[in-house]
Amino acid sequence: MIDTLPVLAQTDLSSLDTFLQMLVGGLALGTIYALLAMGFVLIFKATQVINFAHGALVAIGAFFVAIVVLDFEIPGRWMPGAPEWLTWSLAAALGVVAGGLIGLLLERLFIRPMVGEPLFQIAILTVGLDIVLRTIVDDIAGLDGRPLADPWGIATARFGNVTIPHTQLVQFGVVLFLMIVVALFFRSRTGIAMRATAWDQEAARAQGIKVGRIFGISWFLGALLAGVAGVFASIFPRAAGVSSATAFVAFGAFPAIILGGLDSVVGAVVGGLIIGLAESAASIYLVQFSSVLGSGFSAIIGYVIMLLVLLIRPYGLFGTEEIRRV
Amino acid sequence: MRGRPLLHTSYVSDQAIFNSGTKKVLVGLFLLILALMPLGVIPGLKWAATNSWMRVFGEVAVLLIAALGLNILTGLAGQVSLGHAFFMGIGAYTAAILGGPEGPLWGLGLPIWVWLPAAGAVAALVGVVIAPTSLRVRGLYLAIVTLGLVFIGEHLFRNFDFITGGSQSGRTFPPLELKLWKEEAPIVSFQTDGSWFGIELSSQAKMFYLLVAFAIVASLLAKNIQRSRAGRAFQSIRDRDIAAEITGVDEFRYKTLAFAISSGYAGVAGALFAAFVSRTIPEAFGLPLSVEVIAIVLIGGAGIVSGMVLGSLFVIVLPLIVQNLTEWLSDLARSGEGIVQSIADFFVATGTFDFGLISSLPGSSPGLNVFQFNQVLYGLLIVGFIIFEPLGLYGIWVRIRNYWKGWPFTY
Repeated sequence: MIDTLPVLAQTDLSSLDTFLQMLVGGLALGTIYALLAMGFVLIFKATQVINFAHGALVAIGAFFVAIVVLDFEIPGRWMPGAPEWLTWSLAAALGVVAGGLIGLLLERLFIRPMVGEPLFQIAILTVGLDIVLRTIVDDIAGLDGRPLADPWGIATARFGNVTIPHTQLVQFGVVLFLMIVVALFFRSRTGIAMRATAWDQEAARAQGIKVGRIFGISWFLGALLAGVAGVFASIFPRAAGVSSATAFVAFGAFPAIILGGLDSVVGAVVGGLIIGLAESAASIYLVQFSSVLGSGFSAIIGYVIMLLVLLIRPYGLFGTEEIRRV
Repeated sequence: MRGRPLLHTSYVSDQAIFNSGTKKVLVGLFLLILALMPLGVIPGLKWAATNSWMRVFGEVAVLLIAALGLNILTGLAGQVSLGHAFFMGIGAYTAAILGGPEGPLWGLGLPIWVWLPAAGAVAALVGVVIAPTSLRVRGLYLAIVTLGLVFIGEHLFRNFDFITGGSQSGRTFPPLELKLWKEEAPIVSFQTDGSWFGIELSSQAKMFYLLVAFAIVASLLAKNIQRSRAGRAFQSIRDRDIAAEITGVDEFRYKTLAFAISSGYAGVAGALFAAFVSRTIPEAFGLPLSVEVIAIVLIGGAGIVSGMVLGSLFVIVLPLIVQNLTEWLSDLARSGEGIVQSIADFFVATGTFDFGLISSLPGSSPGLNVFQFNQVLYGLLIVGFIIFEPLGLYGIWVRIRNYWKGWPFTY
């Protein structure tokens, strides 16, 4: 898991600036988690699959972006005069979509044959997929990683005493846009079909909804969102590129998913933001207690919060309670 | 009276551990092979008596114990846990505190008959304490909650560096030797070469015997748990929890019991694992270990004790076979001739710009290195077994058995 903020040499813990800076860092991390959790919940709602390969999808999406941008130079090579941010964004979109297609492929090849099998077997199957995909990406990306060569670099903006990297400003915009898109998607024809499938697969089928296609779309969207999260997790200030560490972002997002409730998209966003903010806050305010809590506590605070919340609400904050009838 | 095979006229004979003659013969044969293997007297298995292979089989025995524990929780009671490594860690560090050498890190230097049962007991206790939290959540929530357990556990292990030595150096674990109390010379030491009953044995062979003995005890215990009232309760919860409750199975109580037994097994396995490798870092008890144990359970055949034996053999030994095969193939690719060399070349890259699925060169080159290839293979095996053979290796064995049962007819 990743450090939320570059640690300042002298931080006055009680100042408002520190708090605001923490808030920005927490939002930046939280939105990444929210994207991951949203994709995860989309997949879970539509197909009932817990996707432990989400980390691999994160790395794959970001890796495709790196390839499209640097190796293929698409579409930059055809648009010589275009501004860099435009060509890069288009390339990134292409790479992320390619990552989404990998999700679609995975569903077709590995998840579809398992429809109707015990859910925990499918969950473990995705653990196996995760191992395979991550190893292959590791091998290609190498240990030192591949840069994504984004046009914003390490530039930062200052608002008062709060520093925000340009990349994070872009990130906030993109995530907001994607959230609106997902919300609108659920109101579209396909989105309604997906909600019907999540409600009852057989009934949805009886209505003429192609459940198989819905499965594919949900995996495509899930992988796509994971890829976007992967892009923002592998550029400044989080990392210098896609590497074997990129996939571990997903482990930070699992608590967010459970916290919000496995089957709630709104919960995924809220859970993601809570966990992101908590990690950020812990990495600033709890460092002084590291003799008690141990170093690196911020990396696991998400799981601690998750356990505490589950004690009170076993289905997360927004999850639907499973009603057991005889 | 000798009846028709598989004709059971009483529950006792139906529920017996060896309810058919074939099982008795096969298990007997297997035990005989285990007993003779380290001596290097079995034709065709002489290679297994070498130190490196003895070590591998020792590891198989340790992970078998861990898998038997998870099998009770996942295979019998149907609760998915990714937290097995955490309980193994608890067992290992309990053993370290009680039996570890006295020094800068905590260690009381007590003998094995103290630290091994204690490791199991403490891990089981931690399991009981944690179970209520975990059992409030159902099904797949549990998988992620136990995932959290592994991460929190790793954090604790890393930070209790006065016990664990921290991630940098790790710590030394208690030796595998039998002592009465803290005296200097152990009664039986499993970690020095020497002769037993006039037979020269290496330390690896001695540890192999010890660990296999533990594994046999653990297997018998697991088999008996499965046949007991509790075991039947576990299976009824797995198959239909509501129906189980209606027939009088206290779901919460039996889930907690399954959790406790499973963590107890994990504790013992963790302690033996730590003592076996003798020195390790806290990160050894992380998610990959959990996944390895789950892989053994699924590949072997969830819910079946003999499947665990097959599974642990398969999961531990396969990477070594791949490694040896790679070495053999890269030799062929370098020095072979004709078609043999071409085939070997396809699989193994020997030059920097050479194509090959596996690269035998260090550093970056096209193709995966042996470790990565093993990882990919391992992942694919998990995927493949779940898709094609959900009953695991045991399922394959059942199919072979049924084929020969009806032979030459197909049914």
